[in-house]
Amino acid sequence: MKVSLTVNGTARSDDVEPRLLLVQYLREVVGLTGTNIGCDTSSCGACTIHVDGESVKSCTMLAVQAEGASITTIEGLASNGDMHPMQEAFRTHHGLQCGYCTPGMVMAATSLLAENASPTEAEVREGLEGNLCRCTGYHNIVKAVLAAAES
Amino acid sequence: MIPASFDYQRASSVDEAIGLLSGAGEDAKLLAGGHSLLPLMKLRLASPSLLVDIAGIQELSYVRQSGDHLAIGSLTRHADLSRSEAALHEAPLLAHVAGQIGDPQVRHRGTIGGSIAHGDPASDLPAACLALNASFVVASPRGERNIAAADFFRGFLETELASDEVLVEIIVPTAAGAGWSFQKFNRRAQDWAIVGVAAVSNGSTRIGLVNMGPTPVRAIGVEQALGQGASVTEAAQHASDGLDPPADLNASPEYRRHLATVLVGRALEEAAQKKA
Ligand SMILES: Cc1cc2nc3c(=O)[nH]c(=O)nc-3n(C[C@H](O)[C@H](O)[C@H](O)COP(=O)(O)OP(=O)(O)OC[C@H]3O[C@@H](n4cnc5c(N)ncnc54)[C@H](O)[C@@H]3O)c2cc1C
Ligand code: FES
Ligand code: FES
Repeated sequence: MKVSLTVNGTARSDDVEPRLLLVQYLREVVGLTGTNIGCDTSSCGACTIHVDGESVKSCTMLAVQAEGASITTIEGLASNGDMHPMQEAFRTHHGLQCGYCTPGMVMAATSLLAENASPTEAEVREGLEGNLCRCTGYHNIVKAVLAAAES
Repeated sequence: MIPASFDYQRASSVDEAIGLLSGAGEDAKLLAGGHSLLPLMKLRLASPSLLVDIAGIQELSYVRQSGDHLAIGSLTRHADLSRSEAALHEAPLLAHVAGQIGDPQVRHRGTIGGSIAHGDPASDLPAACLALNASFVVASPRGERNIAAADFFRGFLETELASDEVLVEIIVPTAAGAGWSFQKFNRRAQDWAIVGVAAVSNGSTRIGLVNMGPTPVRAIGVEQALGQGASVTEAAQHASDGLDPPADLNASPEYRRHLATVLVGRALEEAAQKKA
């Protein structure tokens, strides 16, 4: 079945099986492997991307459901080689250790700020409740998001 | 995990969805946000032969006040319901509950219609609909019918909906000024409720319970005790009267009964404070 959508600003059209998950489409068909698969059961948020600007777990969406949508993955955040302020803030504040959760965290955090430009610390923690990190203990992730909101 | 193969069609109107469903076998399924159905399909606990994707039917996404009720399109996503001015004003319990579901990613996809049609006793919105005395408008080749929330949930993941029926609208009597509370007890962020309690007091009190039986249920024992003049503490003792709460990794039935009593007590107190 044909699916036509935009990925990181580039329009594309591909023939896919209806059961192909969006995350697999992005990783295996489009070749963008920045989006990770963690749990594969909608729990961990590692696979978070933006669909029309809003955070979504791409392991819980079919590629065919993205017909006509504009998808942004972690690869689409930087512009002209400059990191997105959220990526910069994660680096400055050590918001990552192994980095496995990071693409999903960054995508969830940018979606959070799009809905609430100056969140409180509690709002950041709640806003990231769909994303698990086994390394950092979240503290520096929250710091990074608050810093990105300020900048 | 990859679901078993299925055919996939998009419907751009309710009539088209009904047509596709009635032309297909019993195991065709509607697909709204997919946040209940796709996880089941990935685990192969469901393998429909056809998915009819209704998510593109724009005209089923709305929250409107109309006379003495709020009309909510079945494809309204949890995120939109939680921010809807009309809902925040006329049925604040519903907007609040929608904002407590899962996490932001889930709320960007999941819809109220999917939550109700799925009939999961662990879901939050069905309990809120019971407390708010909501009803559901359902369309099929035989026309439309209206089903009260109290008559809708039949068994575990089983509802009054026939296989060719589409839930189109949720009707909620407006309750601006009513006292309300939602108590969702879980032990980790993002989790489903181990037990949840939705209460509305507006003259009389109605209570819907999450995860206290095979279906979303009302706490009839508490409602009756309050009607007979019982105090909050006395009434809360009846939280699980006649109910058969499930056992799972999170909690035993006894623990759920205890939680229900504690949470009903808290809900009644908060609802009394909020009442205008
Ligand atoms: C990680 C995670 C956490 C979650 N946490 C919670 C939580 O805390 N509380 C909670 O309440 N829910 C929770 N959910 C469930 C979520 O709210 C679902 O989105 C919701 O239950 C189903 O809505 P949907 O639009 O995704 O439905 P779908 O998955 O698309 O459909 C569900 C069922 O309803 C049927 N259906 C859908 N729309 C209609 C319609 N208009 N007419 C007739 N039948 C229809 C489908 O055929 C299917 O059988 C969670 C889900 C996930 C993945
Ligand atoms: S891989 Fe999608 S939520 Fe974990
Ligand atoms: S940095 Fe390792 S999981 Fe988050």
